Amino acid sequence: MKKQILEFLKTILIFSFGKFKKFTLRFKKTKTMKDMMIVYYSEAKSARLTGKKVAWITSGGPVEPLLAMGIIPVYPENYGAMIGASKMGGGLCEKAEAMGYSSDLCSYARADIACATINGGPLQGLPKPDMLVCCNNICGTVLKWYEVQARYFNVPLFILDTPICHTEYTPEIAKYVRSQFDEYFAFLESACKRKFNYDRLNEVLLRSFQTQVLWQEILDTTTNKPSPMTAFDAFFHMALIVTLRGTPEVIDYYTALLATMKERVTRGIGAVPNEKYRLLWDNIPIWHRMKWLSQKFASQSACLVADTYTSAWCGTLKYVSGDNPIDSLAEVYTRIYLNIGVDEMAKMIIAMIDKYDVDGLVLHSNRSCKPYSFGQLDIQRIVEQERGIPCLMIEADMADERSFSESQISTRIDAFMEIIKEREETSKK
Amino acid sequence: MEKITEFKNIITDSYAYCRKYKEETGKKIVGYTCSYTPEEIIYAAGALPFRLFGTNEGIHLADANLQSYCCSLVRGILEEGLSGRLDFLDGAVFPHTCDSFQRLSDIWRINVAHKFHLDIVLPVKLNTASARQYMIDILEKFKKDLEHALSVKITDAMLSDTIKTYNQIRALMRKLYAIRAQRTEIISGRDFHSIIKAAMIMDRPLFLKTLGEVIAQIEKAPGGEIKSDAKRIVLAGSICSHPDIYDIIENAGGVVVWDDLCTGSRYFDGVLDEKASPLAAIAQRYLDRPICPAKHAGLTDRGENIVRIVRESKADGIVFLLLKFCDPHAFDYPYIKEMLDKENIPCMLLDMEEQLPAAGQLQTRFETFIQIL
Repeated sequence: MKKQILEFLKTILIFSFGKFKKFTLRFKKTKTMKDMMIVYYSEAKSARLTGKKVAWITSGGPVEPLLAMGIIPVYPENYGAMIGASKMGGGLCEKAEAMGYSSDLCSYARADIACATINGGPLQGLPKPDMLVCCNNICGTVLKWYEVQARYFNVPLFILDTPICHTEYTPEIAKYVRSQFDEYFAFLESACKRKFNYDRLNEVLLRSFQTQVLWQEILDTTTNKPSPMTAFDAFFHMALIVTLRGTPEVIDYYTALLATMKERVTRGIGAVPNEKYRLLWDNIPIWHRMKWLSQKFASQSACLVADTYTSAWCGTLKYVSGDNPIDSLAEVYTRIYLNIGVDEMAKMIIAMIDKYDVDGLVLHSNRSCKPYSFGQLDIQRIVEQERGIPCLMIEADMADERSFSESQISTRIDAFMEIIKEREETSKK
Repeated sequence: MEKITEFKNIITDSYAYCRKYKEETGKKIVGYTCSYTPEEIIYAAGALPFRLFGTNEGIHLADANLQSYCCSLVRGILEEGLSGRLDFLDGAVFPHTCDSFQRLSDIWRINVAHKFHLDIVLPVKLNTASARQYMIDILEKFKKDLEHALSVKITDAMLSDTIKTYNQIRALMRKLYAIRAQRTEIISGRDFHSIIKAAMIMDRPLFLKTLGEVIAQIEKAPGGEIKSDAKRIVLAGSICSHPDIYDIIENAGGVVVWDDLCTGSRYFDGVLDEKASPLAAIAQRYLDRPICPAKHAGLTDRGENIVRIVRESKADGIVFLLLKFCDPHAFDYPYIKEMLDKENIPCMLLDMEEQLPAAGQLQTRFETFIQIL
C-alpha cells in the first residue's frame, strides 16, 4: 500500500513537472531536443493519471493511427538507443542472459526485456503498455521480442506483417498489407472502446509526410561543402522523426533546425573543422561510442555526411500518392530500406555516394541486427566495383558495449583514413 | 532391414543420387531450404524437390558473404551453393522464415548462378483471415512463377495427384513415428534419422513405396519393445543434422521417441484436404501445422504443442537443440522452459555449433540428464 502511494505521488510529480515544462516552453522560441523529450516522456509516464492509453510500437511501425486516436506511442528501440548511449546496455543484457536469453540476441531486445522486470534503466523504465504494435518491416526479431512482452504484460498485441520485397512489391503484398491496416484500425477501436477517427488520421498523416519532407531537406543540407552537420548530429536529431512524426511540435522543431543548417551553409560553417574527407555510414549507430567515434573521425578531418539509418524515416516518401493518404500507407511502410533486397540496398547506397559526394564507406557490422548486417559484405564488394571507393567494416554492437574493441577499431580507422588520404593525393597528381 | 540400407545409401551421397536421377529421368531438380516450402507444387511441376541441409564441415567460401554471427545452417547452405557442388540444381526456392534465411536468399541470388531463383514470401502470422488469404495468393503466385521457370503448366489434376502422394507419405511417416514410440529397439535412432532425411531428397513415389515395404517388414518382425529402463526423450529445435546425437542418447540410456523439429514431425504433421481446392489445402495445412518460431500463431501455442508432444509420447524429458545464432528459437526457449518447469517436465539445453561437442563430453552431459529423469 505504501509503495502504491509512493508510486502515485511520483506520477503526480512527473505529471506536474511535464505540465510546467510544457507551459514554460510556450514562451521559448527554440525548443531543445531535451525539452521536447522531457515533455514527451513525462506525459507518457503519467498516462495512468490522465486516462490516456500507452502503446509500445516498433521503430518502423505506423505511429500515425495511434496519434489519431490520442494514444501515446512509446518506442522500446528509442529507449534501447538511450540505454546504449548511457552505457547501461551491458548490465541490462547480462540480466536478460541470466533470465535465459542468449547473449547472441538483439541487445535492444535483451535490455528492454530485462528492464521491464526491474523498473530500472534510464528514466527508471518505460511506462507500462496498454497494447503492443509490432511491424516486422525492420526485422523478425521484433516479432519475438513483442511476443515476450505481450506474455509479460498480458496486453493485446497487433502484428502488422509487411512481407519483404526481395525484388518487387507485388499486388499480393499490397492487398495483404492494405487489409491489415483496416485490422489495425479495428484493433485500436477495440483497445480504446471508441470509433476510429479517420479525419484525424488524415490530418496526422499529412503532418507526418510534411515532417518527412522536412527531415529529408535537413539531411540534404549535408550535400554542401563543408557539411553543416554530421551523421552523429542526425543520430541525435532523429529521435523525433521516429517517435512523434505527425505532431505539430515536431514540425516546428525541424523547421527551426533546417533554418539553422541553412544559415550554417550560407556562412560556410562546417560541422567538422577543415572538412577534407566525406564519409557515408551504414547501419545503426554504435550508441555507446558516439562521442569517441565522432572525435576520432573529426581528428582526421573526416566528416560522416550521411547514413543509411536516419534516412530510412523519409525514404519511402516517393510512394505517397493520390488524395487519400491512407491508401499510401501499405506501400510506404512495406518498402522501407530494410525490407528490400540486398542488391536494391546496394543501389541506394551507391546513389547516396553520388549524391553526397562521398570518399569512403564505413559499414558497422552490427551483431545485434542480422537483416541490416547480413548482405553488407556483398554491398561492400558492389560499392568497391561500381565506385572504387575504400570501404571499412567494423564489427560492434549498437547497445551492448561489451563487444567493442576500441584499440582494434581505432587502428583500423587509422589505416582506412590512410588509404583515403593516399587516394586523394594520387588523384591530385 | 535391408530396405533401410537403400535410404542410407542415398543420404550418404545425396548429390550423387541427384546427378544419377537427373541423368536417368531427365527431370529437373529444385533446391529448397525449409519445411514451409510447398513441395507439392514443385513435384506437381514434374521436378524433384531437394532439401538443402548445408554442410557441417569446413565453411570457408561463405565467410566472404556472411559474418561469423550467422548460424551454421545458413552459412553451410551458402557454402554448398558457392562451392559448385550443387551444380545439378536447376533452381532454388526460398520461403521466408527468419532474418538470416531472408538475407540468404538475397546473397544466393547475387552470387549463386542457377537457372532460376524463387522467393515465397509467406505471411509471418498465421492466425488471421487476411493472412490465410495472402497465403493462398502467394501460393498461386509461386505456382505461376514455377510454371514460367520450368516451362510447364501445372493443372489442378496434377496437384491433386501430388497431394495424394504427399498425404500417403506423411501418413506413413506418422505411422512409423507411432511404431517407434513403442518399439524403439526395432529401428535405431540413426536409421530413423536416415529415413526422415531421405523423405526430403528421394523421388517421392519411390520413397513412398520403399517406406511402405520397411513398415511392412517392421510390422511382421517380432519384439523390439522399448527397454524397460530406457528413458524416453523428445528432441526439439530447428534441424538435427547430427545423427550421432541419436547414438549418444541411446548409449547414455535414453531413446528419442518423438520430436518437434523442422526435419522431423513439423515436416510430416498435418493432412492436406483432398476435397478442397489444392492451393487452399496446402495453405490450410501451413496454418494448422505446429509452427516454426519464426512464425506467429498465438503467444503460447508452441509451448503448448511441445507439452502436448511430451504427454502424448509419454516422454520422460526433452532435449532442446539450440543452434547458435538462431534468434527465433533462442527467444522462445525461456518461456517454453518455464512452461515445462510448471508441468514438471525436465529439459536440457544443448547449444549446437557447426560441430558437435566431443562425443565423450556429450555422452556425459546426456548421462547426467538421463539420470535425473
